[in-house]
Amino acid sequence: MTVAADALMAAPARKPTRHSMTTRVVIYGLLIVFAIVYLMPLVVMVMTSLKPLQEITGGNMFYLPHDLSFEPWKKAWGTACVGLTCAGIKGYVWNSVRMVVPAVLISSLLGALNGYVLTKWRFPGHKLVFGMMLFACFIPFQSVLIPMATILGKLGGIGQTLIDATGYSFGFGDPTVNLVLVHVVYGLGFTTLFFRNYYETFPTELVKAAQIDGASFFQIFRRILLPNSAPIFIVTVIYQFTNIWNDFLFGSTFAAGDSSPMTVALYNIVNTSTGVIEYNVNMAAAIIAAAPTLVVYILAGRYFVRGLMAGAVKG
Amino acid sequence: MILKAMLMLGATAVGALSFAGGAQAADSKEVQMLHWWTSGGEAAALNVVKQALAKQGYGWKDVPVAGGGGGAAMTTLKAMVAAGNPPTASQILGYYALDYADAGKLADITPLAKKSDWAKVIPTALQKFTTVDGKWGAVPINIHSVNWIWINKAVMEKIGGTEPKNFAEFVALLDKAKKAGVVPLALGGQPWQEATMFDSIVASTGGVDFYKKAFIDLDESALKSDTMKKSFDNLAKVRDYVDPNYTGRDWNLATAMVIKGDALVQVMGDWAKGEFAAAHKEAGKDFLCYRFPGTDGSVLYNTDMFAFFQVSGDRQAAQTALAETTMSPEVQIGFNIIKGSAPARMDISDASFDTCGKKAIADIKAANAKGTFLGSLAQNYAQPPAVATAYYDVVTKFVHGQIKSSDEAVTQLVAAINSAK
Amino acid sequence: MATAIDPIVTYAVQSPRRDMKDRLRDWIPRLVLAPSFALILVFVYGFNLWTLLISFTNSKAFTNFSFIGWANYARLWTWTFQTDPPSNWYTALVNMVLFGGLYVIFCLVLGLALAILLDQKIRGEGILRPLYLYPLALSFIVTGTAWKLFLDPGIGLERAVHDLGWTSFHFDWVVNPRMMIYCVAIAGIWQTSGFVMAMFLAALRGIDSEILKAAQIDGASAYATYRRIIIPIMRPVFMSALIILTHMAIKSYDLVLSVTGKNPGGAAELPSTFMYSYTFTRNQMGVGSASAVVMLMTIAAIMIPYLYSELREKP
Repeated sequence: MTVAADALMAAPARKPTRHSMTTRVVIYGLLIVFAIVYLMPLVVMVMTSLKPLQEITGGNMFYLPHDLSFEPWKKAWGTACVGLTCAGIKGYVWNSVRMVVPAVLISSLLGALNGYVLTKWRFPGHKLVFGMMLFACFIPFQSVLIPMATILGKLGGIGQTLIDATGYSFGFGDPTVNLVLVHVVYGLGFTTLFFRNYYETFPTELVKAAQIDGASFFQIFRRILLPNSAPIFIVTVIYQFTNIWNDFLFGSTFAAGDSSPMTVALYNIVNTSTGVIEYNVNMAAAIIAAAPTLVVYILAGRYFVRGLMAGAVKG
Repeated sequence: MILKAMLMLGATAVGALSFAGGAQAADSKEVQMLHWWTSGGEAAALNVVKQALAKQGYGWKDVPVAGGGGGAAMTTLKAMVAAGNPPTASQILGYYALDYADAGKLADITPLAKKSDWAKVIPTALQKFTTVDGKWGAVPINIHSVNWIWINKAVMEKIGGTEPKNFAEFVALLDKAKKAGVVPLALGGQPWQEATMFDSIVASTGGVDFYKKAFIDLDESALKSDTMKKSFDNLAKVRDYVDPNYTGRDWNLATAMVIKGDALVQVMGDWAKGEFAAAHKEAGKDFLCYRFPGTDGSVLYNTDMFAFFQVSGDRQAAQTALAETTMSPEVQIGFNIIKGSAPARMDISDASFDTCGKKAIADIKAANAKGTFLGSLAQNYAQPPAVATAYYDVVTKFVHGQIKSSDEAVTQLVAAINSAK
Repeated sequence: MATAIDPIVTYAVQSPRRDMKDRLRDWIPRLVLAPSFALILVFVYGFNLWTLLISFTNSKAFTNFSFIGWANYARLWTWTFQTDPPSNWYTALVNMVLFGGLYVIFCLVLGLALAILLDQKIRGEGILRPLYLYPLALSFIVTGTAWKLFLDPGIGLERAVHDLGWTSFHFDWVVNPRMMIYCVAIAGIWQTSGFVMAMFLAALRGIDSEILKAAQIDGASAYATYRRIIIPIMRPVFMSALIILTHMAIKSYDLVLSVTGKNPGGAAELPSTFMYSYTFTRNQMGVGSASAVVMLMTIAAIMIPYLYSELREKP
């Protein structure tokens, strides 16, 4: 980073902030009211997860637990039954991680590259291509289940042939790999959108200067754009991680069974057609399921800093 | 920096993935079973099958997909079949099995059926779903029926009520409860629950022959008749006896109301027994089970079946094992005692079942002989899903007021069924 | 004030010798973009065409290719005008407008408001930001179930307020077929507005502080700065947010079913639930596909002009 940028980072300029006392009170007041509204359902969920079942079906949602119990949590993690296996959701969490991490990274990286190409290396028709990729965001997922299943089946067939020939399947036919493929494909529209809009306002002078200096396509990407993409990378990761982690439709349709992601396992614990619904275990399991995403949010928040390139380009 | 670290992590993960296990095909000594029995009680019942298979040396690969009365599981099944990778067997409901049979996707287990003469011990009406063109493709593990009412005994005694024998007495009983200050009817206002209750109301209002004509034969004159209109009138009448918060309520919260004594009665299939059992309540002591008033002698059933798919030769032994195990008396008894349903085989001793179970078993035998063993429309055993869901649409709209009169309801019912055929 | 940013034109620098290296350089961007574009062509546009194809057939439980022309569309057309009692399709369309409109508008407004408030040098931003964002971490099913219990008159909000003493308080929307869809909207807004806030916050933070400093020096008031400079600069983010919200509104299937308790009275029908139910539950794939196509066309009719106008303005 340039010296100028460093200097600016040390003393970031702020938007007009000479607020009067009343304005500050109003601002804080609004924020706190909203905070309470947002927090309320979570409080109810946590309280429900700590109550025994009779208290829930018998009383009102907002009563504090009478007989506080961590049983639902222990059950959700280690002993709740997902079908015939009663080992809680802990195994499935690993399935989800195995699936989400590659999917998020690959789709984000591709999105970044796409955004880079579409803004700094324009070619005739680039707007049409971008528009077409954007429109891909609107496909209703339910309508792709059957054709996708057919294609994944064919890939599985390739995998079987590879196993017979070489002993390795190279990932073809593995349900987790299938899910990664599906999520990457349907996340491309969004990641491209995020990065393209971000790079649109990225100063092109820097790229031009690097080109003149003889840097290649990838060098410019690695050395100039990527290091300064933290804010948008964080937003993209948050979005993709959340969507893929919480996806149920693709997970249940293409990876039911041992490779199920955690959402399918959670749904199996929470939903039952003609059995007893244990609301407390459900809430505990739901909070456990949401925990990794929450961690991502909290960690990612630190990167919401003021634009790092501010000041590196003087007019 | 962090970005680099993440990229490395991702690359390693991708690398690791590509050498992961291959396609998820089942072993030959393994039964891969798709089902939606994910709750504690139901899963415990299925476990009986798993243990029986383990004794024969077969492993079990569980593929549970919960929700929607099997909706999500059926989608998964469609995807698996489309991908050319069907499970060994799947839990399935009536007409969905017929769809797969018609598409030629089911295996042929007729030799097994002939060997053990299943045709003799399974109710005739049920065989419509297990057999297509004489070829067996599925076996039933249980029989549930929907025309039951469940009553809290203490409340019943408090209001001085007796078993209602017909619909008029039922309404009188509900009245008594209302005057005594309890919620007369615990209802969960969800489409499937309302339709399930309506099945019983129709059979009670018009008799079981009318039910057969209207819902099994789809006879238009029966559907348009005054009896159907009267059935809707009766539905409106019982709706007057529910509490104001019934909309959208889950079925087992309604059962909880009866268990606790806040409500007198629930109209529900015999899976409700599981709730009572989980609350440690005993049949005859804490709660009473009667056939829906006016339907005694008939059984409106639904059954859980295991359908077998066409798989490669080395997996067929596992299928045979599963089919025979499912139909074996030990499994039929063990499974159904836990699940709360009646065995699918009629030649099983009822000694280990509780009073309601004994009544269920006896009723099935009698109804099968008399020809009053009929599929429940609400539970997808009278008509294909398109018609059944059209039925749901009309019933739920009537219950919640979008359809305002019984005449309108009848017209809508006929129109919906015709357009769904 | 704002410096015009020229896009790079790769052909601008014409060196006397355009050797292999230069040619390769021209093609690398397109090669990088190509895989993503190809994936989208196949898995989005290809599948859409497949759905279109199926919509002209009599497919029931499985795909079959007996063509029946426009029959499925004719049915949808008739259903569009059945208002008393309302057909499922009619309810789905009406609800799409109500739910979609409220969801998108309120998320945008709330998200922007919270972002602006948070950007005012607030103490405790580190706590508030994840607080508004966390609802997105919860899966739709859990959100729906939590809100269903929360809004239940018997054991939720209304009962709690009654117990506090205010007995004439009525909030039985969730059990009232006419008002149910608004409860779904409330749950949805609660869930997603935090993410919109995060997007807007990232954008606010990315604004070049030179511009803001200049405005400050010129004596612009806070309000004018926001209106004239900041909000217009955020148009690309606005577009991203709009696209995401529309996508989520279309996708919402689990949320609807869990908030309303399986859609009693068919009052909370949405195109996504309609499409899924006809394709998978009712085994009427032809009608389901036709409804998916109609949904897509409607989105296209709104989004394509919008995207066109947004994309064409840039040089």
